[in-house]
Amino acid sequence: MKLELGKLTIRDIRFSEESKISEGILYVSKEDLRRVALTEEKIKSADFDIARPGESVRITPVKDVVEPRVKTEGPGGIFPGFIAGVDTVGSGKTLALKGMAVVTTGPIVNFQEGVIDMSGPGADYTPFSKLLNLCVICEPVDNCEKHQYESALRMAGLKIASFVAGLGKDIAPEETETFETPDLLTGMKAFPELPRVAYVQMLQSQGLLHDTYVYGVDAKKILPTVLYPTESMDGAILSGNCVSACDKNPTYIHENNPIVEDLFKQHGKTINFVAHVITNENVFLADKERSSNQTAKLCKMLGLDAVIISEEGFGNPDTDLIMNCKKIEAEGIKTVIVTDEYAGRDGKSQSLADADKAADALVTAGNANQLVRLPKLDKVIGTMDYISKIAGSSDKALQSDGSIEVEIQVITGATSEVGFHTLSAR
Amino acid sequence: MSKLRVVHYINQFFAQIGGEEKADYPIELREGTPVGPGLAFTQAFGEDAEIVGTIICGDSYFNENIEETTKKVVEMVKGLKPDVVIFGPAFNAGRYGFACGTCAAAVHDELELPVVTGMYPENPGVDTAKDKAYVVVTKNSAADMRHAVKVMAPLALKLARHEHVGASCEEGYINQGIRVNFFEKKRGSERAVEMLLKKIAGKPYETEYPMPSFDRVEPMPAVKDLAHAKIALVTSGGICPKGNPDHIESSNATKFGEYSIEGVTDLTEETFETAHGGYDPSYANEDPDRVLPVDIMRDLEKEGVIGKLHELFYTTVGNGTAVASAKKYGAEIGKRLLSAGVNAVILTST
Repeated sequence: MKLELGKLTIRDIRFSEESKISEGILYVSKEDLRRVALTEEKIKSADFDIARPGESVRITPVKDVVEPRVKTEGPGGIFPGFIAGVDTVGSGKTLALKGMAVVTTGPIVNFQEGVIDMSGPGADYTPFSKLLNLCVICEPVDNCEKHQYESALRMAGLKIASFVAGLGKDIAPEETETFETPDLLTGMKAFPELPRVAYVQMLQSQGLLHDTYVYGVDAKKILPTVLYPTESMDGAILSGNCVSACDKNPTYIHENNPIVEDLFKQHGKTINFVAHVITNENVFLADKERSSNQTAKLCKMLGLDAVIISEEGFGNPDTDLIMNCKKIEAEGIKTVIVTDEYAGRDGKSQSLADADKAADALVTAGNANQLVRLPKLDKVIGTMDYISKIAGSSDKALQSDGSIEVEIQVITGATSEVGFHTLSAR
Repeated sequence: MSKLRVVHYINQFFAQIGGEEKADYPIELREGTPVGPGLAFTQAFGEDAEIVGTIICGDSYFNENIEETTKKVVEMVKGLKPDVVIFGPAFNAGRYGFACGTCAAAVHDELELPVVTGMYPENPGVDTAKDKAYVVVTKNSAADMRHAVKVMAPLALKLARHEHVGASCEEGYINQGIRVNFFEKKRGSERAVEMLLKKIAGKPYETEYPMPSFDRVEPMPAVKDLAHAKIALVTSGGICPKGNPDHIESSNATKFGEYSIEGVTDLTEETFETAHGGYDPSYANEDPDRVLPVDIMRDLEKEGVIGKLHELFYTTVGNGTAVASAKKYGAEIGKRLLSAGVNAVILTST
């Protein structure tokens, strides 16, 4: 399967009467955006704002971050199962608007939304402070239940991203990158000497709004399966998550999965990047056993030599991570696992909730419990009403000078367990 | 600005008094002029700091008079009012390392001063300074002095100024279990791919988090006589009286709560709620019995299946909560349950 990913860098976003992309500037009409958002019947009102890198702006409570992409050639559409039909994606041509994102905000579960600071020390911890962020602030209708609000806000984000990307559909990309994965047999013949490597991605599926979707299917309900690595670039996997902000994968990270990208860089040179295996993180023991058994089985079936396994979330899914690692290693397949740590504010506690000697190659995205003081910023997009409730904060967070002292857990993407960011710990 | 004050501890060998034959050299304080490796430190400090005193002690003398000599070292250091104290470096010298580590720990504990030493990772002295001194990694012989000083001197200055100390791999000290965040040059995915390539090729690589030895608890034997047993409910699901009176945090809880359910037959939306920040609380708040099953336990009590439901329940939030905290709460809750004559506990999570 071959995907040509075209990139068009957006250099600024401006509100305007007419929605268009011209000379790298995205002009959007609030009316157009509102019309798109209000197609979600559970949304009462929608407002929009723009946050630029370096501005004294805090966005909170952040739900999701989405990169606008549009299919320009080939089967299917971006976000299959939600925005497009369920054709298999990952081939043909796709256009991505780089340097920007659509950020949805709203207090769905209070605890489980995040913070993006566009400047100051908080900005160093989130990869999204480097983007031009088109922020979507949605109020739900009265008596809207949390899961309905989540669904509406998720869909509004995807729809607005798709609308914005559609404005660039006829513009030639500035740069095109080609990703190609041959079928198993062809790959084996093409790279007989290279070690066979796959990416095993664990998707957050603990339920009660800890949900990830694959082609529209709730990942709780999947058996582990195999994708071509380009499928996620077309939005085949997306976030419906309300869970600690630092280590959930927003949709943006699924579209730009760095492990997929970095394995592609080695593909055909030092490794044969065979497949993208996805599995889930359900809460029942039988589900954990079944999914890790099936994952190890798939790895064996694919004739792999090695895999990178990434976790999403922490605590309960640590057991899935260790099961996957142990069982895949037991098949004689080498593993590297990517996770983050909850070592306590003093860094002295055990970092994971489960451990095994098979996990002898681990990449860490840092200790999520570490405290950071974030100064008061001039402008808040969204509301600070929930800042003391977000997981990683406390009722002592707000200081008399208006700054907040919180764990980096509250910061969206701070300890990305797919290694999207550079934070680490020793 | 005046220079920062440094006290330096060395053995008889590095004080150029003599080798093994002089190892019984008793403890001595030389104020002023630096001695032995102190010269190299002085040079490295430049205008920023000065060694105001050097404590010299024979290795055998220390090891034969540990308590008394340690006390003397603390007194001598106290009198000199330093900003930081440097011990050694001791490289792979076992008795010297032990002296450095022991005294460093004592100075840290009693004077609350920052301390730095340097040792070869296998030096038995490393353990004595655990969690207290920064032990810079050195090679196994004094030939590594230049490098050791180059790492120890700036670290000592940082400590003296109370500046942020980075992760062990950045600063060059031995990691003794305290995790410190820092920004790597390469993103995590790239590091993972590099580590995988090394592992595939059978080349050495360094994991970023060595697995801890995991504490597994053997389950107790089953309760034989439930009908006369007193059962308690304990939860990490965050159920607490409405309004969360003790402000248990939604994540990384710093406390547990003890609350009465005497006379309570059913937890309702009006009286109880969850403080937990790790799941959608709608269903737990609608009927807190879903997490803390008081209603069912009262039924079982009435039916005579169990003897009695304990009148207190214990609760905390098991969301991103440090294992060390959870262990502490567990031990304390266990103690209280034992003294209340509880026979068995139902632990509920979420």
